[in-house]
Amino acid sequence: MNIDSQTDEFHHVQTAHCENGVTTALLRYHGLDFMTEPLAFGMGSGLFYIQIPFLTVNNGPAISFRTMPGAIFKRTCKSLGVEVTRKKFSNPAAAEAFLDKKVKEGVPVGCQVGVFHLTYFPKEYRFHFNAHNLIVFGEENGRYLVSDPVMEDVTSLSKEELSRVRFAQGPLAPKGHIYFPEKIKPITEDMIRKGIVTGIRRNVRDMLSIPGNFAGVNGIRHTSNHVRKWRDKLGLRKASLYLGQIVRMQEEIGTGGGGFRFLYGAFLEEAAAYLQDDRVANVSEDFTKAGDMWRASAIKMAGVYKGRLTEQKDFEEIADMMLEIRLVEKEAFQKLSSLKLGK
Amino acid sequence: MKKEDLPQDPGALDKFTREVCYVKNEDGKYETALSKGWDVKKQALDSAWEEVNERVEDARKAVASGEKSPVYYFMELRLMDLPVLSGYTGIFPFFIKRHFKPSVFKGLSERKLEKYARAFDITVDELKNFKG
Repeated sequence: MNIDSQTDEFHHVQTAHCENGVTTALLRYHGLDFMTEPLAFGMGSGLFYIQIPFLTVNNGPAISFRTMPGAIFKRTCKSLGVEVTRKKFSNPAAAEAFLDKKVKEGVPVGCQVGVFHLTYFPKEYRFHFNAHNLIVFGEENGRYLVSDPVMEDVTSLSKEELSRVRFAQGPLAPKGHIYFPEKIKPITEDMIRKGIVTGIRRNVRDMLSIPGNFAGVNGIRHTSNHVRKWRDKLGLRKASLYLGQIVRMQEEIGTGGGGFRFLYGAFLEEAAAYLQDDRVANVSEDFTKAGDMWRASAIKMAGVYKGRLTEQKDFEEIADMMLEIRLVEKEAFQKLSSLKLGK
Repeated sequence: MKKEDLPQDPGALDKFTREVCYVKNEDGKYETALSKGWDVKKQALDSAWEEVNERVEDARKAVASGEKSPVYYFMELRLMDLPVLSGYTGIFPFFIKRHFKPSVFKGLSERKLEKYARAFDITVDELKNFKG
């Protein structure tokens, strides 16, 4: 580890999304003071849309507005040349021993956890969701000091409590997953700019050219086609629960609002300053618009699950709104693509 | 979203934390702001919980009428499905489905019952003696 770039004290960072937050806080701890949540999100190509076929989550459609868990940390570190250590364990005792060793060395580490048994979360949020991330940065009176990026303040967990959430079961089971930056070289403005460009280009690729119809901007159309059929196929009650699920994936804690679209807009704004390129700032406006449109569609969907809107034409309207959003996002990414950044 | 449009509707996060949102300030630049919540998503969460509670109540009735075993009820109560319960117990879904039958459940070994009880955070007695 590069001692020069280290600061002694760990600072809690509150962010919209947990993985961005862990990435930001850990990199800042290692001296990368320029790191912000939007930058981590954009360099990690965090924006996405997918409706995973044949899979249901909490008895609803499996929809995500962001890239797969773990990718943001991995890509952001890689593009800055930061070497990362990550470990998974089959044995909880070994996982705890390794964590204790790191805590003793005074190294803050990221841990993947499940939220169902996460004691400090409000009960209403404790579903079986296994891709939450937090930082352990010390130990006091036999309890781990925990920095959870979605919270305003730091908190703590007992050894049993942490071990339990690190070995939550089900889809995306964390298996004690622990990760932290190992080796950090000095970082130049030029590396940051390169990282930004790579992040944008990869995001363009993910949203525009993944084959199949359920991922990227085409995924939005895929869901839109489903929404049209839900009322007849599932009945009004179940269809409205499905819409509720979309809204939760889009707006719940961790998204920054508008299904991460505002966060991406903020990233492009920062990127424009780094690249000194106003064209990028202009595209930022398109994502603000997309985020606003997602929120407008959420209000419409709320009308359905509140029982105020019940007709097929309401479902058609929601589906049409999604198609419009798809167009806005598609054009925005095509604009980014045509800027030919980095060439 | 403009900063002044950021909703502040108290919800389940109240008294826990406020959440970071990205909003536009007066100069049209992005900044972060803290929100207490938004009614639109609060209702989405509420309706998800109504659905959960209904499933749990249905499961309770099914145990009371002798159609299902307590394993089924506690699985619903803990918001689990077959893959999740299988992960916590190490028992394959095919067998868990069989254990939903009261007749099969009656003959379960103490070891299997313990596995279920641990996954559900209850005692073996509570599991065995649940009548719906």
